Amino acid sequence: MSLLDYFRSKQKKGSASLAKERLQILVAHERAERNKPSYLRDLQNELLQVVRKYVQVDDQAISVQLEQEGNQEILELNITLPEQRS
Amino acid sequence: MARTIVITSGKGGVGKTTTAAAVGMGLALRGNRTVVIDFDVGLRNLDLIMGCERRVVYDFVNVINGEARLNQALIRDKRCEDLYILPASQTKEKEALTKEGVGQIIHELSEHYDYIVCDSPAGIEHGAYMAMYYADDAVVVTNPEVSSVRDSDRMLGILSSKSKRAENDEEPVREFLLLTRYNPARVEAGEMLSVGDVQEILALDLLGVIPESTAVLNASNSGIPVVLDQNSEAGQAYADVVGRYLGEDLPHRFLEVQKKGLFDRLFGG
Ligand SMILES: Nc1ncnc2c1ncn2[C@@H]1O[C@H](COP(=O)(O)OP(=O)(O)O)[C@@H](O)[C@H]1O
Ligand SMILES: [Mg+2]
Repeated sequence: MSLLDYFRSKQKKGSASLAKERLQILVAHERAERNKPSYLRDLQNELLQVVRKYVQVDDQAISVQLEQEGNQEILELNITLPEQRS
Repeated sequence: MARTIVITSGKGGVGKTTTAAAVGMGLALRGNRTVVIDFDVGLRNLDLIMGCERRVVYDFVNVINGEARLNQALIRDKRCEDLYILPASQTKEKEALTKEGVGQIIHELSEHYDYIVCDSPAGIEHGAYMAMYYADDAVVVTNPEVSSVRDSDRMLGILSSKSKRAENDEEPVREFLLLTRYNPARVEAGEMLSVGDVQEILALDLLGVIPESTAVLNASNSGIPVVLDQNSEAGQAYADVVGRYLGEDLPHRFLEVQKKGLFDRLFGG
């Protein structure tokens, strides 16, 4: 394979396919974010208030995720408690 | 009752104003009473692209503020009697367009026109929001390039949640993809997203593909909407876009690399 062929074959692949791949992932992610029900943020805030009655946690301690699996919706709640001080 | 079409994109410099001028002229050439509104407050340019910049007396904001009547601000095109332009204001106050004011003008226009074409400013701020709010149809102008495609998708999100139709739970805004500045040679080389790629990512009805063309620059230099240049590919592609919008079933053209003859190669095509 000559040097010219090498560059030709490189070009054939090009960067467009990479652009497409990245965009597909990004757009899917951003669409999912957009379609999240608006109550999720409120839920997260109120949960934070409740937890803080008992444990001091920071703003990032609670994550709320809604996922779709088939025709099932899964609400995933994650509360990270601070490390135990002894 | 007029149909209100927004020409939008999110990203700037992708060809919205070029498209608004071409589509407005194209619709009017077919005998539709058409008005094109420039929503780019502070950055008026549609007048220049349409060649009526020296005839601007009153503008959009003057009408909203009651400083002029709508008929005083509308400019009738010299080439096509069914085409009117409502120029943007050069005021620095971006919030000069109010929802009520814009709604009142669209309402008034819709009694006398068949099509109201709204040329949106770039961004997703107030001006772009005002331009899309009353839309029945949206032409999402996109370049085959990552940031433009992403911004188009964000604009789709806004159309489906923030438009008047969305807010009132009416039939959603009809959304169309218009791919502009398309370069078949670069697509063939794998350097540029293809029309198929963009369609696959955005999943939108394809209204047309406008090739990258020097005719566009020539047209804006002379203040003539490029659709009037029927010798150019871009002009023909825009004419097709108008036809498709009106329901004609036209094949997409200029998607492949044109094999140029010696004459074209020497003198440009
Ligand atoms: N199909 C095209 N081929 C070549 N140049 C184009 C094409 N479409 C738009 N342009 C150029 O791109 C620039 C931005 O176009 P414009 O319509 O003003 O975009 P926007 O309104 O989205 O900011 C202008 O210089 C215009 O001449
Ligand atoms: Mg513009």
